[in-house]
Amino acid sequence: MKNLKPWLPLIGIGVFAVLLLAVAPSVLSMHWINNLGKYCCWAIAAVGIGLAWGRGGMLVLGQGVFFGIGAYSMAMHLTLETAGPGNLPIFMILYDPLAALPPFWEPFRSEVFTLLAIVLLPVIVASVLGYALFKSRVKGAYFAILTQALAVALAVLISSTIRETGGDTGLSDFKYFFGYVLSDNGNKLMVYLIAAALLIVCLLVVWQLRRSRFGELLVATRDAEERVRFLGYDPAAIKLVAFVVAAVMASVAGAMFVPIVGIITPQEIGASASILMIAGVALGGRASLFGPALGAMAVGWGQSSLGSSWPSGWIYILGLLFILVTLFLPMGLSSLLGKVARLIWPSRPKPAAASAAPSPALDEVNT
Amino acid sequence: MTSTPESLVITDLRVEFDGFVAVGGVSFDAHPGEVRFLIGPNGAGKTTCIDAITGLSQGTGSARLGDQELLGKPAHKIVRLGIGRTFQTASVFEELSVLQNLDIAAGLHRSPLSLLRARRGVDPAIHRALDETGLSRELETPAGILSHGQKQWLEIAMLLVQDARVLLLDEPVAGMSLDERTATGELLGRVAANRIVLVVEHDMDFMRRFASRVTVLHQGRVLSEGSVSQVQADPRVQEVYLGTAGAAPATPRETAAIGTAAFGTEED
Repeated sequence: MKNLKPWLPLIGIGVFAVLLLAVAPSVLSMHWINNLGKYCCWAIAAVGIGLAWGRGGMLVLGQGVFFGIGAYSMAMHLTLETAGPGNLPIFMILYDPLAALPPFWEPFRSEVFTLLAIVLLPVIVASVLGYALFKSRVKGAYFAILTQALAVALAVLISSTIRETGGDTGLSDFKYFFGYVLSDNGNKLMVYLIAAALLIVCLLVVWQLRRSRFGELLVATRDAEERVRFLGYDPAAIKLVAFVVAAVMASVAGAMFVPIVGIITPQEIGASASILMIAGVALGGRASLFGPALGAMAVGWGQSSLGSSWPSGWIYILGLLFILVTLFLPMGLSSLLGKVARLIWPSRPKPAAASAAPSPALDEVNT
Repeated sequence: MTSTPESLVITDLRVEFDGFVAVGGVSFDAHPGEVRFLIGPNGAGKTTCIDAITGLSQGTGSARLGDQELLGKPAHKIVRLGIGRTFQTASVFEELSVLQNLDIAAGLHRSPLSLLRARRGVDPAIHRALDETGLSRELETPAGILSHGQKQWLEIAMLLVQDARVLLLDEPVAGMSLDERTATGELLGRVAANRIVLVVEHDMDFMRRFASRVTVLHQGRVLSEGSVSQVQADPRVQEVYLGTAGAAPATPRETAAIGTAAFGTEED
């Protein structure tokens, strides 16, 4: 009983897994399952941001880049799969019936290559980018602006290469997902379950990273980078690991986003999309385990329900929420839980007292 | 003193910032078994010397530990050669516990993969360092709520578990009470038995009580070097601290008193 506390997050992940994988499919309609799958994708990216920003102090304002790498890798494969072996994607034929397939499309005919690309491309890009930035000690606002600029640049690049990438209209009308017909409800459920399971896996990975020695080192680097250097570690390497993990998660999120939503456009990876990912993390609580995921899902839900029925109002509500949380709960809504607990049980100075009667506190955390 | 294979030898160290010469050709050495002090007025270049030795600032000349040249290496590699340092302001990881702070300090030779596992048990070296610094009861305390003196002891404990052969301490007793200073001085004496300890300090009383050998820096150059009494008797040192050379050659005790008055006026 007294050693329950370190395992609480794991229990939380378990409860979350049951809710997403068992309860949701049995109570929600297909429409909402699809929406929930979309929120799961944003949550996957958010879990990575929570690691890089909340624990590592790197304000990654351009996760759209990695989201885009995963999304377009998947979308190119699905487009080619839909077109059939040897055929051109339909949008290319519309522009130029005699055009040849651009060389960088060709390898994405392969399922294995596509899956590897979704994981390895962000590793390569984030490693090169992160190595250059962290070795030259770019940090703070400069780091944030630079990553944001890259997201803008990638979005503009895709917009301007309409013959090769579909441009602003993006890639859509996917019929198959690795051989499964996407219009089929059972297959849609399967795609959702894959996304939800990946979210759980990402939470487990981040949970382990947080409790590991690496997690302690990452927090130490966030709070006093120079001190870490003078303990014999290379802070650049520590930050690089967190940055690369966050990039892979964003890429996986993008890859799952494509079959669930059915379309990917530069809008989904540009500046505002990248900021929206950050907004969810900030609302939920960047330094906590569940805050980023739940925050991203909440913002995703607001975006697709309020955002479509009342778009002008939604952006004000989001802005207001953002201001209020930043002002009164700088560590996000998840820090509210601790504050409430401290209000109800104000005197818990001695650990002995806490472990003597832990049940009310635990109930509070679980509800 | 003869130079042993494990001595820290600084030769003609120069550090310039945009043409301003902070350290202009300083040479000194430090050996295991002595508590070496580096003193001097503000702006003398004491901390800059340490910065250059540890790779925080670019310096020219030579700084060797045994047969290893330190200048020009990146900071974290210099640490891995066995050089540990503290900073003027106690810089511990405030959000982490004392144990976590020490565990990070003890881990520089861990393999990257082992970092992915959670800590199980406490390294015996950590227990020894905690006993040595009197922090045993604070194992689980967040470092941020330690007292000022305890934070500085934690920094020294971090150097101990890091197994540094050279301890460069930048004002380790600043802000400490008299008892804490005495405890710190005795700790340094014990630690110095088989390590090189180099202390940058303003507290002259502390220096007199615990220094084996002193180097006085002034405007980026070595002004005087020797034992505490030799340095205090040096007219050039008195001039720097008092503005004039000591007119009447006083007894060592009185010289010490003058020294205290002069050195004591310095605030930093």
